[in-house]
Amino acid sequence: MLESANPVPMMTINGCVIVAIRDDLDDQEIVSLQDQLVEEVAKRAAHGVVIDISALEIVDTFAGRMLAAMAQMARVMNARTIIVGMRPAVAMTLVELGMTLDGVETALNADRAVNAIVSGRSNTP
Amino acid sequence: MTLKTPSDVAFARQAAARAMGAIGASAIKTTKFVTAVSEIARNAVIYGRGGVISFTQTGPSGRQSVIAVCTDRGPGIEDISAAIADGYSTGKSLGLGLGGAKRLVDRFEITSSSRQGTKVTLECGPR
Repeated sequence: MLESANPVPMMTINGCVIVAIRDDLDDQEIVSLQDQLVEEVAKRAAHGVVIDISALEIVDTFAGRMLAAMAQMARVMNARTIIVGMRPAVAMTLVELGMTLDGVETALNADRAVNAIVSGRSNTP
Repeated sequence: MTLKTPSDVAFARQAAARAMGAIGASAIKTTKFVTAVSEIARNAVIYGRGGVISFTQTGPSGRQSVIAVCTDRGPGIEDISAAIADGYSTGKSLGLGLGGAKRLVDRFEITSSSRQGTKVTLECGPR
């Protein structure tokens, strides 16, 4: 097992965990990212998580399910998750796949996501 | 190329993206095709005890398409039409992969038998 052999860099600013996912993580690496993220949320007592997926050329059903799971786990730990930077082609593909990512909040960029989390306002109706 | 581990699925995605690049495919078609390949390749690894995927280009120049053929050595799919329907899974997944892959490409063919495993063909044009 390549446990944490290739950790995804994450930082916590102002109680917000910020992760930029690099392209083409395999399924195992996505699962270890999930573990790493949940640990970071607990360790830093974070109240928000921003996941930047702008480097991702595709989000398939596995990656989509993992993103939704990360958001749910963070929610259970009282942190709000916002996914940012989704490419238009990825959004179209997800909808065609039937992955609606229910319960996952999105924002156009990390700036807006962090602002929304810090101010505690919802950016979606 | 061989499909045995999760990193092989990632390699298959890269090969799919290169093949679409070679025919000058649009970003949206490339994303759709690579996503479909990812679903099919993962199925071969998880349910098909591993397999093989190949990519070829076909058609007249300027209007070429990419064909991916993925075969596995698994137990086959008993009920293909059920497997393609959304929400059907014998594993822990969402059951969107096979039907989703079918919607994402221009041509989708699947044959399966308990003796020869499962063969999936995906074809996608540039636009």
